[in-house]
Amino acid sequence: MAILSAIPIVRHTWAPPEDISTHGHLIDEQLADTMVEAGVAFVAAQIILGIFIWTASSARPDAKIRNFPGGAKGLVAAAVLLVGTEVLALGVFGQKAWASIYFTPPGANALPLQVQAGQFAFYFRYPGPDGKFGPIHPELVNEGNQNYFGLDQTHDQDSKDDIVAAEMAIPVNREVHLLMHGKDVGHSFYVRELRVQQDFVPGLDLSLHFTATKVGRYEIVCTQLCGLGHYNMKAYLSVLSPEDYDAWLKKEQAMQ
Amino acid sequence: MHDTAVHATHHGPPTSFIRKHIFSVDHKVIGKQYYALGLFSVLVGMVLSWIMRLHLVWPNFAIPGLGLLSPAGAPGGVVTPEYYLQLMTMHGTLMVFFVLTNVPFAGFGNYFLPIQIGADDMAFPRFNMMSFWVTFVGACFLFAAFFVGDGPPLAGWTAYAPLSTLGKITGPGEDVGQTLWAISIGIFCIGQLLGSLNFIATTLDLRTKGMTFMRMPLCTWAWFITSCIGLLAFAVLLPACILMILDRVAGTSFFIPGGLVVNDQLQPHSGGSPLLWQHLFWFFGHPEVYIAILPAAGIVSHILVNSYRRPLLSHKVVIYSMMAIGFLSYMVWGHHMFVSGMNPVSALAFSFPTLVITIPATILTLIWVGSLYGSKLRINSASLFALGFVSMFVAGGVSGFFLAQPSIDIYLHATYFVVGHFHMVMGVAAIFGMFAGTYFWFPKMTGRMMNETLGKAHFWFTFVGAYCIFMPFHYLGLAGNVRRYSTFVDDFMGPLMPVHKFISIAALCTGAVQLIFLYNLLHSRFWGKPASANPWEGTSLEWSTSSPPPWDNFGGKHPVVYHDPYQYGIESSTGDYVMQDSPEQIQTVRDDKKLTP
Amino acid sequence: MRQHLKYKLAAVLCAVLLLTIGVVTSVRRVHAAPPAGESSITGTVKLNGTPPRQRPIDMSKEPSCAAIHASKPVTTENVVVGPSGGLANVVVYISQGWSGPPVVATQPAEVDQKGCQYIPHVSAVDVSQAMKIVNADQTSHNIHPQPTKNPEWNKSQPPGAPPIETKWQNEEVSIPVKCNIHPWMHGYFAVVKGPYGVSDTNGAFTIPNIPPGNYTLTAWQETYGMQTQQITVAAGKPATVSFAYTAK
Repeated sequence: MAILSAIPIVRHTWAPPEDISTHGHLIDEQLADTMVEAGVAFVAAQIILGIFIWTASSARPDAKIRNFPGGAKGLVAAAVLLVGTEVLALGVFGQKAWASIYFTPPGANALPLQVQAGQFAFYFRYPGPDGKFGPIHPELVNEGNQNYFGLDQTHDQDSKDDIVAAEMAIPVNREVHLLMHGKDVGHSFYVRELRVQQDFVPGLDLSLHFTATKVGRYEIVCTQLCGLGHYNMKAYLSVLSPEDYDAWLKKEQAMQ
Repeated sequence: MHDTAVHATHHGPPTSFIRKHIFSVDHKVIGKQYYALGLFSVLVGMVLSWIMRLHLVWPNFAIPGLGLLSPAGAPGGVVTPEYYLQLMTMHGTLMVFFVLTNVPFAGFGNYFLPIQIGADDMAFPRFNMMSFWVTFVGACFLFAAFFVGDGPPLAGWTAYAPLSTLGKITGPGEDVGQTLWAISIGIFCIGQLLGSLNFIATTLDLRTKGMTFMRMPLCTWAWFITSCIGLLAFAVLLPACILMILDRVAGTSFFIPGGLVVNDQLQPHSGGSPLLWQHLFWFFGHPEVYIAILPAAGIVSHILVNSYRRPLLSHKVVIYSMMAIGFLSYMVWGHHMFVSGMNPVSALAFSFPTLVITIPATILTLIWVGSLYGSKLRINSASLFALGFVSMFVAGGVSGFFLAQPSIDIYLHATYFVVGHFHMVMGVAAIFGMFAGTYFWFPKMTGRMMNETLGKAHFWFTFVGAYCIFMPFHYLGLAGNVRRYSTFVDDFMGPLMPVHKFISIAALCTGAVQLIFLYNLLHSRFWGKPASANPWEGTSLEWSTSSPPPWDNFGGKHPVVYHDPYQYGIESSTGDYVMQDSPEQIQTVRDDKKLTP
Repeated sequence: MRQHLKYKLAAVLCAVLLLTIGVVTSVRRVHAAPPAGESSITGTVKLNGTPPRQRPIDMSKEPSCAAIHASKPVTTENVVVGPSGGLANVVVYISQGWSGPPVVATQPAEVDQKGCQYIPHVSAVDVSQAMKIVNADQTSHNIHPQPTKNPEWNKSQPPGAPPIETKWQNEEVSIPVKCNIHPWMHGYFAVVKGPYGVSDTNGAFTIPNIPPGNYTLTAWQETYGMQTQQITVAAGKPATVSFAYTAK
């Protein structure tokens, strides 16, 4: 049993992909700490269990029954002390990581960008030169006409220069303020490398902010069960150098 | 303490077949009925998981016969993406509700709770019969979903709104299937509420003379605490299901906000909140985890004491820990919703109780392991499964550390890590508890012994198999493998496919091994060795009566209890133990007192 | 050895014979001699004005489809105008005046999903005619028609899955059809009771086998809607008609 339980120590074979965000190292460190503590607890518990089973099952028939040193009081005290401090430590450090992500407002220079999730694709909207997003009119949504957001570009001044794209491109090392809009059912925005995951709640527009630190092409996937196409609900995130980003934005503008 | 004989002994044993075996008010028959319903559900649920595992690794494999069973979901036997999700939903619903809740709690609880407290039936025998048959009707509604128009629902066992409430337009299965699901679960809640009330009333009122609270065996305690949890939890899920049915059929908008556009069509709803469903569901859903695991923990404690041949280090601490878990289980539901759009402050508020709940869980584990030290362990199928439960409980418990922390949950939420976690701690551990209970109590329930060799073989294969299946789930999760995907289409998943193949093969083998158990169960039922009244040399009251017990449990008498439940490891006229109803004078082995004076 | 050859020859001959019979019978069914005096309606549909700009479609979500269109990006197909100003994908059908038996083609109408597009974009079928939906892509599609007069359904079709066969029992012009997995995939099924024609990229259409008489013709275009015209068909002489929509 103990040997079997030791197998999971080899778990480092499957590690999370490389982190590309400014906040991700906090999560990674927290994960590593927890892994050490939980791993030790797990392996130790299993081995002790195995040893005790071995000795107890081979006890001689005339052997006297002995109590565990310290008895129940000792064990309870140990549990409260050890697990209590562990919990407190993990809790406090964990809060720091969480707070750094959720309790700080996005910077003034953050790039505003809207993402909309609908069955079964993500679409992205950039505010264009005026920096303003035009209003969404749900009744105007027409995907056959490529109007994924329900924009009225003939009447709404703010919508005229909005850029809608099927791919998310962001400049490297610049904070992004992601406004999230759910179109139909629940979805989620998950980028493994960014250490970002947040549900879309229909009827409730949430926002996130993060900074990507490495140029590359990554996958955005949906992690909230949304129906038959859930497994194929994804988009790509391109983290580009500022020049490439400007060029990309120009190209997308021409496609509108 | 109530020792008056207010029991239903005024009527004789039933004579007609129907009153005896079908619409019986006898708690023992009802317990077996729950067990049978659970056994059927677990078999169906397991076959569903096989189909899913096969489809995940060989997506184009045509499963013979499946095309005939569901021509819409799996044309030609090839599973479509929606059929995968439908199977997943049904697997989860069947396993959580009709197996993990039914068997360790309603099944064994019904059979043994009255016997262990020396009662001759439940407090409300007719309520008891009703609770089973209501549950049965609920199961019928659920199974019916397989055969309606576009099949069972695909919104998962959590049935998140608004996917589950907007209706047909959101996808196959969201038509009649989802409505049947909501009706089925609503009915199931009624059955559980009746059952819980009955358990509570029975424990409070029908304890026999001398059976104080602290003299109740640990599994009785676990059932009692569980029924208190269940009473509150199912009372929340029931109205939630009613609101869901109203949203679906009456056009209300409890869980649906305005301005939703599905398939280019503006939905005629406004004013509801999808988060409301999540709160209601998880307010039930998290206690539900403990409804599944606490009875198993109680059963396992009961069996471990018996095979350790000594009392646990502390009877009281185990009871208080279970109570603490039950209480805390109501303060942690939000940890299912760290990334679902709650206020981030509340994530912190939910994180702490979640981490704190590991303390009573650790105490339980330490008591189980610590009591093993210096004991004279008897190895048999029941004790092996009980020890296996401890191992699984630890394995599933430590992964809870990760998920309890909102910051780590950002990365691990909705990955296979979560799947591995809850399968280990809730699924496998609870099922190990059921297996342990079955091997332990089978002689009492049928009057025949199960085959020990087959039982031990069953344990080893299942134990190794369960680790092979569910441990790799954690690795997949760490690598960022998202759950609830019917096919892995992206390049990212390529390197992980060998792991998935390994899991699938392990799942098929481990599933096949369960045939040993099934064979053992059926064969021993009819041809097993006859069992004595007390084959395991146990002390609690179920061993004081014959195997199987007569219809009124103690043959018209009411046992009188003289001792604490687990007086093992002493010298008495019967051996190393004294039964609870034995008038023999002994020095009671109590908590924290030296065993050898 | 020689024995084998004989068998093979016999088998091949049989196959050829069967094939010939098949071809002959099917050809005969399609080209069954029209009853005396039957004629046809031919015509064109034009768009006056500047056609609205069709937006390019970014298929990057589905790399296998994006690769197919890498050299030539696809656009939306709401208004497809040919070089000569002809308007394509217009369904022209006899909406009133048809007294003959309902026309039901024996061949199934085939709708292909290729490169994450519906081909054809507008499929016209007879009421009760078999419709066969094929997935030629390397990815799953789901077919989600949204009828108002027929039952709604929604099924996915993984790559390599058998064709989905269906029928429509009520006349409905037209049923929008979508793939939710690829939200840009958008098309129409026109279910028509009487004879019909669908315009090609030159805007030309033909409705064959029409007995002499007075009819109401309806043209339907997905963006611009319906237009009707009265037409008289004389015996033995094709009637011509032209529709014109104005760009908005």
